[in-house]
Amino acid sequence: MKLVIDPVTRIEGHLRVVVEVAGGKVTDAWSLCTLFRGFEIFLQGRDPMSAWHMAHRVCGVCPTSHGNTSCMGLEDAFGVTAPWDAWLVRNLMESAQILHSHVLWFYTLNAFDYVDVTSALKAKATTPSLKAVQDKLKAFVASGQLGFLKRGYWGSPLMKLPPELNLELAAHYLQALEIQAKAAQFLAVFGGKFPYHMTTPPGGVTVVPTIEDIANAESLFREVKDFVEGTMYPDLLAIAPYYLDLAGYGRGWANFLAWGVLEDKSHDPYKRVLPRGALYDGQLTPAQKVDPRQVGEWVNHSWYTPPCGNGRNPADGLTVPDFTRYELDHHYSWIKAARIDGKPMEVGPLARMLIAYSYGDPRAKKLVDGALKALGHPGQPQILLSNLGRIAARILEAVLVAQVTEEFFTELTDRVASGKAEWYTPPKIPQSAAGVGAWEAPRGALAHWNHIEDGKLSLYQFVPASNWNFAPRDEKGVRGPVEEVLIGTPVANPEQPLEVLRVLHTFDP
Amino acid sequence: MADQVSSKIIAFFEERGISRRDFLKLCGASAAALGLSPLMHGPIAEALAAAARRPSLVWLDFQECLGCTESTVKAVNPGPAQLLLNILSADYWEAIMAPAGFPATADLQDQVKKGGYICVVEGAIPTRIPQAMTGGTVGTGEAAALRLGPTALETANQVCKRAAAVVCAGTCSSYGGVQAAAPNPTGAKGVQAAIGVKTVNLPGCPVNPVWIVTTVVHNLLFKRLPTLDAHGRPKFIYGQLNHNLCPRRAHFDAGEFVEQFGTAAEARHLCLYKMGCKGPATYSNCPLVLWNDRQSWCIGAGAPCIGCTEPDFWDRMMPFYSRLENVPVPGFLGVEVGADRIGSTLFAATVAGAAIHAGVTAVKRRRRSQEQEGQGKDREGGEGQ
Ligand code: SF4
Ligand code: SF4
Repeated sequence: MKLVIDPVTRIEGHLRVVVEVAGGKVTDAWSLCTLFRGFEIFLQGRDPMSAWHMAHRVCGVCPTSHGNTSCMGLEDAFGVTAPWDAWLVRNLMESAQILHSHVLWFYTLNAFDYVDVTSALKAKATTPSLKAVQDKLKAFVASGQLGFLKRGYWGSPLMKLPPELNLELAAHYLQALEIQAKAAQFLAVFGGKFPYHMTTPPGGVTVVPTIEDIANAESLFREVKDFVEGTMYPDLLAIAPYYLDLAGYGRGWANFLAWGVLEDKSHDPYKRVLPRGALYDGQLTPAQKVDPRQVGEWVNHSWYTPPCGNGRNPADGLTVPDFTRYELDHHYSWIKAARIDGKPMEVGPLARMLIAYSYGDPRAKKLVDGALKALGHPGQPQILLSNLGRIAARILEAVLVAQVTEEFFTELTDRVASGKAEWYTPPKIPQSAAGVGAWEAPRGALAHWNHIEDGKLSLYQFVPASNWNFAPRDEKGVRGPVEEVLIGTPVANPEQPLEVLRVLHTFDP
Repeated sequence: MADQVSSKIIAFFEERGISRRDFLKLCGASAAALGLSPLMHGPIAEALAAAARRPSLVWLDFQECLGCTESTVKAVNPGPAQLLLNILSADYWEAIMAPAGFPATADLQDQVKKGGYICVVEGAIPTRIPQAMTGGTVGTGEAAALRLGPTALETANQVCKRAAAVVCAGTCSSYGGVQAAAPNPTGAKGVQAAIGVKTVNLPGCPVNPVWIVTTVVHNLLFKRLPTLDAHGRPKFIYGQLNHNLCPRRAHFDAGEFVEQFGTAAEARHLCLYKMGCKGPATYSNCPLVLWNDRQSWCIGAGAPCIGCTEPDFWDRMMPFYSRLENVPVPGFLGVEVGADRIGSTLFAATVAGAAIHAGVTAVKRRRRSQEQEGQGKDREGGEGQ
């Protein structure tokens, strides 16, 4: 029997998922992106300096990453490197976005899969603030206007938390709404606004931060860091024991890719805070080198003309939409299938944390080993190749990034205080050039390719995180990462495929 | 009368956990920014009584990036939690709602049956390739799995036409936005152009949460739509040029410009006109309300305005780092004359030899600051359509 979830809610983008269920388990799956806008087409012929603003608009949840990636690709083409002080500002904005994204994801997007709001009403409120939250929820329910909470998965036997924990998580849900806005505020100090910061044209940054600006941003950041360390990480450890079954499925192909994020002074992507690398078949031995030239795309199951696929590298990419019909055994998605040397790759915080861990990065090692111990599986990183691992990795990464952000602040403050900071190196726009930027969005590996001819863009291509994780089948019919991860997912009640939704949300689609 | 009215408004918000200070902060500089003055004549009592039941919000997402949702949940005073729990009933909003799939689309069908909701639309509607945006399959089982969901065009026709008001959040739903940039591969259009319903447009890339919140509040209090300009934008938000409200304006008038990013000139916050600023052709109150709880804004962080609240700005304002031509400058046409004429007519205008003249008279300065205080007052008189 086939089941459909459309729309998959609490995500960015437009996603539809179809699963075949037999014997209470998923036996086959199709993930479909139902949106096409045509960035690759309307970017052609445009002014290269302006292009980053446009390429930025691919995603409003991870805009900072698209903006930075676009600029890196253009700087590559222009042959210019932004001053390190400008990179410190970019790193701070990227950190702010990662923190913002992971807080928003864990609570606003993910929590209603695990936290039963109706059970929270029955809890014994142990503190005045929890009592206040409970009263607020009671009043909300009594109003009879349940709004966004109507028809949630309340009372499902899959909801396992005791009422007190549900209440606490509901309180943190409300708090997280404020914290994610704080993270955006700290980004806006440097970026002018979020979403869509305005301050990083190719060559550096426009903003000249003062010591006061930095202090203001840092105090906003502290509130976010306190929440990540003092609330979000403890919440992960508090709810994980009730949902350890999530460690039992969701392994998938276990191929992982990261281009790396948070720049190092050397500009070596293998030395980034979260470094570049690729892991295959769940082998956690040191990650292998990987290059954007290894990317190939396939459109055998996508709504594009055949020449757009055939393993074409995006540096030579082609985007010609061709909607025919919706047929699961034929064409079913607006996403091309991206592969590395023909292999489907999972991207995201789990990929980044595992790759950093595989290199023996001390920060990643300490956090991962600590979490494994706390979860009762010391020395067993293999357990992270699962839905539980994907959830845990997001929280651990937030903790890691909060630590590093502190270092960026210290360095930037010193540089500004020295009066020697440099913010911008004006680029010269070449008549003919090509570039690639390969970086990370919070949800996973992201790359932008450009070609310039006659001083204008002649090609612009992207492979964002969703083109990896939510890729459809390829030429050989091999499933994309999420399609494969879904296989084996239990479905207790076909009317309410909550388990499927949980798996999808672990990818922060 | 005025005191009585404003105390009612304040009480309305205080009951919802928003202090007077918060409320004024939200409004940017003063209550005038929200266009509260016409309140004196409005049916306040009824509006407040009716608001006892939270108005139903249906938020639709079409060809978008979710940036306008992201932006809206960055609102402060009222923040997202207050909006969701105290002020509105978010009866359909894919980005935040608990259910997924058919239970979610069932919520939408319930609302369509009832009608009368505020429909906020994020994203454009593809008309040449309607299947470039589908979603929201109604029903369950194998049949539903083998059928693609309705197109954005079908959903918009069904849902927007049953709304009490359609509010377009951001430039995409207002005018087509980025996907409508030439050559507009999918035939993307704004809601009004695609389905012919009248909309309140809140362009911006993304929308500023202050604009959404003040528009919703306006609706709640006055039970009618704000006065709109020729592009469907509320005048209390988009009534003036960025350039006229910009704190760097004195430097423009004095002919003091940033000539390169990241320089000492930028540290002094000189004018960004020569770096490509589109403020002289862009209507919005960004300089007053700022972004992200008033942390900063584009020009405040040294970035030239790209004109993101203007129709077709991706085509008309690019290249973003080249200076606007035809900008009437002080001493030529004069600040006030230019302010009213440029903008929508800017691109057609031919103002020859627009040389920069330093200095501006004290009279002009004073007139401008009066204009700022009075911003929100409808210059053509009369609130309402
Ligand atoms: S040109 Fe731009 S920076 Fe200069 S005064 Fe006008 S809006 Fe402000
Ligand atoms: S200042 Fe200009 S670019 Fe920035 S948000 Fe306002 S209108 Fe848009």
